[in-house]
Amino acid sequence: MNRLGICVLKAWTALTLLMTGALAQASGNEAVSALNLRRGATEISGQVYDLHMLMFSICVGIAVVVFGIMFVSMYLHRKSRGAKPANFHESVKVEIAWTIIPFLILIFMAVPAAKTLLAMEDTTEPDMTVLVTGSQWKWHYKYMDRDVEFYSLLATQREQIDNRYSKGENYLLEVDRPLVIPTGQKVRFLITSDDVIHSWWVPDFAVKKDANPGFINEAWTRVDEPGIYRGQCAELCGKDHGFMPVVVIAKEPAAYEAWVSEQETIRKQAKQEEQRLLAMNMSMEELMAEGERVYNATCAACHMPNGEGLPGVFPALKGSPMALNDMQGHINIVLNGKTGTAMQAFGKMLSLKELAAVITYERNAWGNNTGDMVQAKDVNAVASGE
Amino acid sequence: MSKATDILSPEHGAADAHDDHHEHHIPKGIMRWVLTTNHKDIGTLYLWFAFIMFLVGGAMAMVIRAELFQPGLQIVEPNFFNQMTTVHGLIMVFGAVMPAFTGLANWLIPMMIGAPDMALPRMNNWSFWILPFAFSILLASLFVEGGGPAFGWTFYAPLSTTYSGDSTALFVFSVHIMGISSIMGAINVIVTIFNMRAPGMTWMKMPLFVWTWLITAFLLIAVMPVLAGAVTMVLTDKFFGTSFFDAAGGGDPVMFQHIFWFFGHPEVYIMILPAFGIISQIIPTFARKRLFGYASMVYATASIALLSFIVWAHHMFTTGMPVAAEMFFMFATMLISVPTGVKVFNWVATMWRGSMTFEIPMMFALAFIVLFTIGGLSGLMLAITPVDFQYHDTYFVVAHFHYVLVTGAVFSIMAAVYYWIPKWTGRMFDITLAKWHFWCSLISVNVLFFPMHFVGLAGMPRRIPDYALQFADFNKWISLGGFAFGLSQLIFLAVMIKACRKQGEPVSDQVWEGAEGLEWEIPSPAPYHTFDTPPVVK
Repeated sequence: MNRLGICVLKAWTALTLLMTGALAQASGNEAVSALNLRRGATEISGQVYDLHMLMFSICVGIAVVVFGIMFVSMYLHRKSRGAKPANFHESVKVEIAWTIIPFLILIFMAVPAAKTLLAMEDTTEPDMTVLVTGSQWKWHYKYMDRDVEFYSLLATQREQIDNRYSKGENYLLEVDRPLVIPTGQKVRFLITSDDVIHSWWVPDFAVKKDANPGFINEAWTRVDEPGIYRGQCAELCGKDHGFMPVVVIAKEPAAYEAWVSEQETIRKQAKQEEQRLLAMNMSMEELMAEGERVYNATCAACHMPNGEGLPGVFPALKGSPMALNDMQGHINIVLNGKTGTAMQAFGKMLSLKELAAVITYERNAWGNNTGDMVQAKDVNAVASGE
Repeated sequence: MSKATDILSPEHGAADAHDDHHEHHIPKGIMRWVLTTNHKDIGTLYLWFAFIMFLVGGAMAMVIRAELFQPGLQIVEPNFFNQMTTVHGLIMVFGAVMPAFTGLANWLIPMMIGAPDMALPRMNNWSFWILPFAFSILLASLFVEGGGPAFGWTFYAPLSTTYSGDSTALFVFSVHIMGISSIMGAINVIVTIFNMRAPGMTWMKMPLFVWTWLITAFLLIAVMPVLAGAVTMVLTDKFFGTSFFDAAGGGDPVMFQHIFWFFGHPEVYIMILPAFGIISQIIPTFARKRLFGYASMVYATASIALLSFIVWAHHMFTTGMPVAAEMFFMFATMLISVPTGVKVFNWVATMWRGSMTFEIPMMFALAFIVLFTIGGLSGLMLAITPVDFQYHDTYFVVAHFHYVLVTGAVFSIMAAVYYWIPKWTGRMFDITLAKWHFWCSLISVNVLFFPMHFVGLAGMPRRIPDYALQFADFNKWISLGGFAFGLSQLIFLAVMIKACRKQGEPVSDQVWEGAEGLEWEIPSPAPYHTFDTPPVVK
């Protein structure tokens, strides 16, 4: 190789190192980078980040050497520079060398990777456990040792998605009820699904685990710093796959304890309230107003805001025989879902009052006009098998 | 074969009537193409079909990129967006890349091994002509009630079973037909190479394109039936009440992924091994130097093919496998980089101290080496299980497989077409336009796919029609790159139309100064029938 070739190679190496350094710099300093993986909020996610940067540097190194030699050759060994082709075309020694050397590099990569992997998959001895259940298109969280469970839905307004309102800072990465976990404790997640495969992903924890219907997966995290951590469903799960974010709030253990106790109290009160409401009737206006809210939050993703559904995929409610004539069947399908279809059981997701309101709404909106009113006690009657 | 017969107008052959060959049986017009059993005609049909599918699948990619140009939903509904990503993937894999390679195999393998035609010419005709039906069915499914398949080209159950639309039946049927076509094509390649090599064309004298296609054909025969099994189980789960992939009936949705990727991983090598063969033909020609390490190239190709059967679950690290399985698949996957590296090193060693010129095929081949290697290196990163948990199902993966498949497989196909089309038509293509095609493609494809690494690492999942605001800037660039890359292919279309209309300077038999091999010893354009008497290879 002549001197010019060496110069080109040096300049090439310097340029690449500069770019790699800039990337590492740009990503190392900020919590969330637009260019690179994030270091995250846990010891594991930090290890994963370091592993990523190690692999990345090795790959850049290999690329610099290989492309460098190739570019030098492209410059030096051109016919237009009078290059005459050499005659060599095989060398067992060289072939063995460039089989063995990459193999050694691979071993160097494999050791830290295996170590981190073993640490990530060790879900033993957790301090607490949360059951995470995906369904089209929301997450459900159940604290296994406490009486707290709730659904977590996208909180971004429809108008922002449709470009009618300007988009907020956490567009598509905000939910109505985030998962709350304590800092400094090993939290185990049991992950499953009610319908299709979803994948629960929080980049800051380096946790991504598929939610498989009928099976339970395990993952864990121990968050160091209090904060709000955002992620998304990572496995294509149907129409609104892009609209089921994950938000986790990590609180100091004391604040967490206060929050979880408060949730238990609220839940207890809600149950009592529900029993009290069984004796009461709501007016048509109240039912329709509440029903519209529940419908748009819960049902409109599939059955569409205009009740017409998506032909061939999700059935229409507008003018459907069930919504017009079969009230018992209607209450039953909303409560219990329909197996073998995307229709979920909303009995465990909505309160009796909400169920009554949304069924009333579906029987009277979009020209269905049956005049039927469904009260909480009617729903309760079907639910309890009367 | 004293006279060069014009391949695009075989009636000339009949007019020449220099011997009693079958030229005078060839029907004219459309029936020539429908009834043809000639490997060159069928190769041309495959290549044009692949190109049309490339443009159709590309148009779908344009829809995807238009929707992703900025945050919010502007152009299409999420359900249609999912149909676009799904059908784009299916068309590009089964309709563009695979038929293009089969077209090249048809054109080149008989000419390279000194055979008069493919071994099973009637089956050859059939394996092509069922393809347009397969893709008509697939495309028609977009127009049925509920739309076409919207579950990704990987059609994971139960999204593709319980939760899919009725068009799934059409999807299954069309995949069956594609599979039958591929298997027949593969059988033809194997039988041809085993039985029809010219005297003296020993195994270790075969051109690497022939070697890589032989190995690819075995992969096809091994895994296409697995795909057929997977789609059949999806069909019966959805329509006939079985529960292969439904836990409630004793099945397992993750088993679907094992079956699919047992097909799917060898499938990605099916789409890259012939590319390795093409590059191994082109680099020595324009370096004017013999391929470095021919034998090690053959062994490396075989090793990659064998390893491809034991790495499938690296697509499934997040499904919750036992840690021992994760380790196994991580290490096995990393191993693949060794033979792949050997190939790249051999190409560079071939160039080293050669006497290089940079004609269009060489430019595509060099771009292939650099850009495919980038895709290979990101593949190595993806093999590392702990970090794959972060990369999995993000745009980092999208960047990776587009580098391997677009700047890898597709660039190699373009390199091949530019390399051999003067032999096929007897004329040099429009070099100026081809240069425009190369540079526009090279720049736009990197604007298109390189920033995908960044948005993927920053956390953007794949297969979403709308995204958080921090991904907006890069997505704009990605879309612009996409539109530019799409438009650049219209230049390619222009070059090809001009070439097929025989515009351009006549070329010599050897065409390229450094070209070696049987196909360069026959006249340009290649006669309709070649090697009626087998040549003797020394």
